[in-house]
Amino acid sequence: MTNDQRISRAWDQVRTVHDPELPYLTVEEMGMVRGIDVVDGQIVVTITPTYSGCPATDVIREEVNLAIHACEPQARVEVSLSPAWTTDWILPSAYDKMRANGIAPPEGRSADRAFLTGQGKTIPCPRCTSTNTTMVSAFGSTACKAQFKCLDCLEPYEHFKCI
Amino acid sequence: MTEGQHVQAILRLGDDAMVLGQRLSAWCGHGPILEEDIALSNIALDLIGQARNLYTLAGAREGKGRSEDDLAFFRTDREFLNHLLVEQPNGHFGDTVVRQMLYSAFALERFAFLSGQLVDAELAGIAAKAVKELQYHWEHAAQWVVRLGDGTAESHEKVQQSLHDLWSCTGELFDVDEVDAACQNAGMLPDLVAIRTAWDLRVNACLAQATLARPEDGWMKEGGKQGVHSEHLSYMLAEMQVLPRTYPNATW
Repeated sequence: MTNDQRISRAWDQVRTVHDPELPYLTVEEMGMVRGIDVVDGQIVVTITPTYSGCPATDVIREEVNLAIHACEPQARVEVSLSPAWTTDWILPSAYDKMRANGIAPPEGRSADRAFLTGQGKTIPCPRCTSTNTTMVSAFGSTACKAQFKCLDCLEPYEHFKCI
Repeated sequence: MTEGQHVQAILRLGDDAMVLGQRLSAWCGHGPILEEDIALSNIALDLIGQARNLYTLAGAREGKGRSEDDLAFFRTDREFLNHLLVEQPNGHFGDTVVRQMLYSAFALERFAFLSGQLVDAELAGIAAKAVKELQYHWEHAAQWVVRLGDGTAESHEKVQQSLHDLWSCTGELFDVDEVDAACQNAGMLPDLVAIRTAWDLRVNACLAQATLARPEDGWMKEGGKQGVHSEHLSYMLAEMQVLPRTYPNATW
């Protein structure tokens, strides 16, 4: 088996791993898998955590490890902190899945500082698509989300912060 | 900049985040409202995450095999190099948000520099992430200071007192010692005079909006980043470290 084939097989395995906090998304869709390479004959999967203190990181690392070992017993998982993860890395396929699960996805690019705090920008309601919404709190059930409320349908919902 | 100074500079950054994160985590379950409970716990989590990354990096740069846990749990109070500000007790909610505002304004400016320096690329990566989190922390704390300062007569009086009580811990943030000077010359740490100017702008704007009077710069406490602390740190560490020190190889 060539290295390219091994890497391709490894990707298939890694794609089966889901984010424990957002179980309808894979870690690949979250943009956390930065690469799979062959180093000295060993498969190395590089992942980057979303937030500094995200408690899901350890679980994700372990699950990627388990998945990859199904085809590559010698493989290892490395955590890379530089460059830092950004919501820009989330794959487009994740956006509709977030909305379908009641979460408003990130709006705009992280490089735009105005988008950082969720103030002064419109986060449409994932339930009724109204733009008449307001932020309840910049902090939510996980580090990556803020709490919003729709002023038309009154739905409380979470917004995936743009960082 | 010697290797030892390099490690010490990273440890100071990590200790600030660790100690403040531990302090804030004590609010979990005690916040004045549910959203605030969640917010303070989230901020604590961000800070402890930053500390973990910085400790791991410090351990790697030191090269003696010390892990993040070794650095968090098996150093004594005199070995902790955090600023005095972050170890001050939580007090009431106003005390906590004023402390958070003063620290976040400082940390935000400091990490913005760190994310752009080229001396330690790994540190820059950690800082690039931290600075986005600190932006939220700053906005959150500053909003509360405004709300309480420009609130009722009672809330105004209380946070004015918080500010007065904590002010003597702010001078140390801008003191330059040998480690700072060496790391600044090497381009890894920011010039603290520039950081002070930026900090003043942020803090003054927040206080003005909050209708709070900025205290006079009188006598300032110092010593935290050299390991000489207030009594508060020892009690906090005793609680934080008791389990791993009692059962050194305990795992979940």
